[in-house]
Amino acid sequence: MPHDHPHHDHNHGQEPPSDIALRVKALESLLVEKGLVDPAALDAIVDYYETKVGPRNGARVVAKAWSDPDYRARLLADATAAIAELGYTGGQGEHMVAVENTPATHNMVVCTLCSCYPWPVLGLPPVWYKSAPYRSRAVIDSRGVLAEFGTELPAEVAVRVWDSTAEVRYLVIPERPAGTEGLGEAARAALVTRDGMIGTARL
Amino acid sequence: MGGMHGLGPVAPEPDEPVFHHDWERRVHALVIASPTRGNIDAGRHQRELIPGPDYLAMTYYERWFAALREMLLKGGAVSAEELASGRADPAAAKATPRLSAEMVAAALSRSGSYLRDDPSPPAFAPGERVRARNLSPVGHTRLARYVRGRIGAVERSHGAHVFPDSHAHGGGEDPRPLYTVRFMARDLWGPGAEERDSFSLDLWEPYLERA
Repeated sequence: MPHDHPHHDHNHGQEPPSDIALRVKALESLLVEKGLVDPAALDAIVDYYETKVGPRNGARVVAKAWSDPDYRARLLADATAAIAELGYTGGQGEHMVAVENTPATHNMVVCTLCSCYPWPVLGLPPVWYKSAPYRSRAVIDSRGVLAEFGTELPAEVAVRVWDSTAEVRYLVIPERPAGTEGLGEAARAALVTRDGMIGTARL
Repeated sequence: MGGMHGLGPVAPEPDEPVFHHDWERRVHALVIASPTRGNIDAGRHQRELIPGPDYLAMTYYERWFAALREMLLKGGAVSAEELASGRADPAAAKATPRLSAEMVAAALSRSGSYLRDDPSPPAFAPGERVRARNLSPVGHTRLARYVRGRIGAVERSHGAHVFPDSHAHGGGEDPRPLYTVRFMARDLWGPGAEERDSFSLDLWEPYLERA
């Protein structure tokens, strides 16, 4: 079997035919029967990615950077270590870099080659991030893509796109919204969105 | 595919779930738990071997599933007969799973590193102008097409990292200095691009030459 060609109808991310569900189940059964995977471990992996990682982790990092100047400095100097201080470590977060939005600069992250994404702080990427339109256009039409997310930037604001072509993963630190001076760290974290940390949105 | 036009609008989905179907959960977990895990570059290359028209028509987890089957076959973890029948060869020895449920949380939150000791000093320093070489390898590379032949400036030096062009093809880790290189929008996309905009990519030293 030189290539795997699933003979089902492709429908671009909408309801896939149940045939793939059956094929996946068959492969899992085979691997379990051969002793290659433990189904309880598979359940634990799913649970980890559905409940232990996600954008709220990154939001805590951002809110702390907004609230604690020393932490912000550590985050900008060595994001991997600063993020690990909050307990967020693991695959796809081995080498973190934090990039900070300012009134003059807006940062935006993509992986044009596959779908690299900082799992420990943002969880698994949304479908659009992994899609051909985002991967192709985030670089040649960054401002057009931003506009589709409702992010219209004047020409004076430089757009900096970070294409994750190696094992370095990027986290955007959005600008803290106006009127949040009196808020504590937890209340600030609640304002931080996933898209704000990918850089397709401003807060 | 970075830099192509015509692949359609980006379609964000409000309140998107982590997985859309139960089989996607299982594929994600199988890829992480299976014995093929361990060489991320070989996995990426396997997904790139999916023919272009099929690749574009498949969803992300359909690609993961197709590549996982091929990796299991190539690695000898399963035979073609077993894949076709869905039943284990009764004569084959039973393995012990690499991960138990108790090991999962610790394994997934453990940070490895792609940084390696490298006795040779990096050839380029931050601020230096470099050209991305115009290379067209047949196999796996992380040198994005849209910067090949273009000039940028070294922004940051990351030390020597595992080199995917070697690692994906069984050539070992072959660590090479890794740099973040920043390209200005007009140098990539021409005079119609915004002057201030820029694109930073992480590129290994063999991808670069002094400009």
